[in-house]
Amino acid sequence: MKTNTIFLTLFFLLVLGAVFLTDCSQRTTQTIVEGDAAQQAYVPPGEYDEFYAFMSGGFSGQVTAYGLPSGRLLKEIPVFSKYPENGYGYSEETKAMFNTSYGEVPWDDSHHIELSQTDGEFDGRWLFVNGNNTPRIARVDLTTFETVEILEIPDVAGLHCAPFITENSEYLVSGTRFSVPIPQEDVGIDTYQENFKGLINYVSVDPEEGHMELAFQIEMPGYNYDLARNGKGKSHGWSFLTTYNSEQAHTLLEVNASQKDKDLLAIVNWKKAEEYLEQGKGQTRETSFYHNLMDESTSIVNSTEVTETTILNPQDCPGMVYFIPVPKSPHGCDVDPTGEFIVGNGKLSADMSIYSFDKLMAAIESEDFAGDINGIPIINYESGLHGILQKPGLGPLHTEFDGKGNAYTTFFISSEVVKWDVESLEVLDRQSTFYSPGHLVIPGGETRKPEGKYLVAMNKITKDRYLPTGPELAHSAQLFDISGEKMKLVLDFPTKGEPHYAQAISAGKIVPNVKKFYRIEDNGHPRAAKGEGQARVEREGKEVHVYMTAIRSHLAPDNIEGIKMDDEVYFHITNLEQDWDVPHGFAVQGATNAELLVMPGQTRTLKWKPFKPGVFAFYCTDFCSALHQEMSGYVRVSPANSDVPLKWGLNNENTTATNMREQAEQQLAQRVDD
Amino acid sequence: MNLLNQSQRITTQRGAARWLMLLGVILLGGLFLFPLWQITLEAAQFPGGLRLNIWIDRFSGDDGTDSIIQNINILNHYIGMQYIEPDSIPELVYFPYVVYGMMALGVGTVLLNKTWGYATWLVIMVVLAILGVYDFYLWMYDYGHNLDPNAPIKVPGMTYMPPLIGEKDLLNFYVKSYPRMGTIFMTLSILLAALATWVSIRKEKVHV
Ligand SMILES: [Cu+2]
Repeated sequence: MKTNTIFLTLFFLLVLGAVFLTDCSQRTTQTIVEGDAAQQAYVPPGEYDEFYAFMSGGFSGQVTAYGLPSGRLLKEIPVFSKYPENGYGYSEETKAMFNTSYGEVPWDDSHHIELSQTDGEFDGRWLFVNGNNTPRIARVDLTTFETVEILEIPDVAGLHCAPFITENSEYLVSGTRFSVPIPQEDVGIDTYQENFKGLINYVSVDPEEGHMELAFQIEMPGYNYDLARNGKGKSHGWSFLTTYNSEQAHTLLEVNASQKDKDLLAIVNWKKAEEYLEQGKGQTRETSFYHNLMDESTSIVNSTEVTETTILNPQDCPGMVYFIPVPKSPHGCDVDPTGEFIVGNGKLSADMSIYSFDKLMAAIESEDFAGDINGIPIINYESGLHGILQKPGLGPLHTEFDGKGNAYTTFFISSEVVKWDVESLEVLDRQSTFYSPGHLVIPGGETRKPEGKYLVAMNKITKDRYLPTGPELAHSAQLFDISGEKMKLVLDFPTKGEPHYAQAISAGKIVPNVKKFYRIEDNGHPRAAKGEGQARVEREGKEVHVYMTAIRSHLAPDNIEGIKMDDEVYFHITNLEQDWDVPHGFAVQGATNAELLVMPGQTRTLKWKPFKPGVFAFYCTDFCSALHQEMSGYVRVSPANSDVPLKWGLNNENTTATNMREQAEQQLAQRVDD
Repeated sequence: MNLLNQSQRITTQRGAARWLMLLGVILLGGLFLFPLWQITLEAAQFPGGLRLNIWIDRFSGDDGTDSIIQNINILNHYIGMQYIEPDSIPELVYFPYVVYGMMALGVGTVLLNKTWGYATWLVIMVVLAILGVYDFYLWMYDYGHNLDPNAPIKVPGMTYMPPLIGEKDLLNFYVKSYPRMGTIFMTLSILLAALATWVSIRKEKVHV
């Protein structure tokens, strides 16, 4: 009863605060777009956008690419959810991408986008994103916009705090959202305080290939680790992670984990951790997690189970981890472009705490501590503080920077973006976002070199921004022009899933490296048919392998007979095209899994089980040419005991399919004869 | 005094013819460094156009690969044009040898340093160049007219020969065909040979 009263009082105060703080512009949900503001978002036909914005899909498990400032949706990149549209996760080559220690997990909840960095700037090579539910980190190759790697993170739960990158992409830092027993065991939930532990994880990234590896984990008290950022410039080598539930509650968290006036910011010296690792201070522990990596030449995903992890314990590693108090239930944690200021947002606090890296270091130097937790020193709150931003709004969540000394913070409860001066801690401007914003993004806004031209606020609850579509509405993003003194709302645009976080990057850093097609000579797929001359059908016991080629506007072979019930048919489709944007699709009647989209020069395999005797059609699903409708064929299925011989062909050229070159030679010979 | 000047001039002119011819022979080597001709197919759905470069010994796209031929072949198969098959075009094999031969002959004329030598080389080269262009025209005529009767798209009365030089509408494509650096180098080589011949003739006139 008592806790309920406290909660109700708190809620009442928040509502009161919201009413008190709102200004009159928030009374209307209509956008007041002044003058030619909308013109700024207009990108005429035939012109490119200036930036790519990569948005995580939240519960969709995917990533979407938008153009800025137009807000045009460019592509949905499947990452953690199977995607029947192109066969991702269904094709034999990509199935292994979903392997985890829990078995095949064909969905997830994707939250934080991190673009690879060199010297604290985006380099446009890779994009990393976390799977929150089944803890995983994925890598998308930005030359192809395809997911090429997924690494599972063991012994954590709810990998929300991930995958935050260091300024030379040395590490992707993550922390467990839910502390759990490590290793997992059957214990009473009310033994939380003694049995539950948290882990902070460091995944290293290969500087050439981008391959990920779990370098080490740090064992932490059983709190909830929420968000993180890494230092930059002078604070490079340090990670900062917000924690909540320092109360270590395990039930009715909304009340029981909101009791303390202050929670904690964890500060990790990862360079020191590397030293301890080298000294052998880490303990190896048996565990199980999966590493799924696409081979570049075959484009086949190989899955490996890893059975060991190295854990560093702060008690054995002095100077590696510190805590500092941070106001009530912090969420965001952001480091400014200079690397000096660290913003800790207490989402239930009316004020925001801004820390100074220099002061933190001085406090550590002089051991200005207020005790410790499990051997982790707690720095005195005031000693590390740069200052407090007084009453900027209600429910501060996330902060990004424009590179001109200004910070922009979203306020979930008071529904606005607030611009403030990092050095002087003065509020400079506020703009309503009309319903609750979560993350926001400025191109390069978390790097050393932000391009402070636009800001996109991603709304969590949209209400009435668009035409209604039943009980569920399109999620919304709002684009602001932040090039002037005041922020200017320029555009609303709908998004897929709940766009949790986004990063935006200059188009010029990606466009020159985009692949137009895969070179057929480089196709190392063991079942590729690299020309129609190699198209064929082979029986391997009960398995029938169809080595099929696709080119405008036919599939070869297009007549297949001799398939029997009980056979398993593998259609290996190689797209022979060597031109931009000429994928071919493949669909066969009664396929219970998916269709395929095969990119030029690539091979993809669809498994098909015949379901009854008869003749069934297959065809190209991606409109590829004027004769696309004609791009089809038949597969004949006979009873299991029948003696129909295996036969295949194109244009009655059974079993001796001719390739284009042979055809050309025949035509030439004919012409010489004429 | 006057006579001495004249003989000096003769010596210089003899040298000039040699140097001009030698330069011409070297420039002929440009045929191996640059494409001879370029055919561009422009259409709304191909921003920047599809560009086919024709070299003395091969075809290429602007990216240096031959995937352009496959792409043009795929487009052409709707209207029943034959596949362009570089391997089935014998000229691409022997033309380089003809050029090597002419370069060797050119060096011969430089050593010989006689007007008739330069003139003969010039005449052979001009004839070869004309024959080369005519041969190119024949191939284009053949590709443009010799259509597969079973072609999916048949437009009555339509042929698809690109212009030898110039621009033309062909169905949905606007086709441009122009000589490139290789041809310019060859032309310069011919002009230099002509100049060498002329200089050499003047030298002999003075001598006589
Ligand atoms: Cu197709």
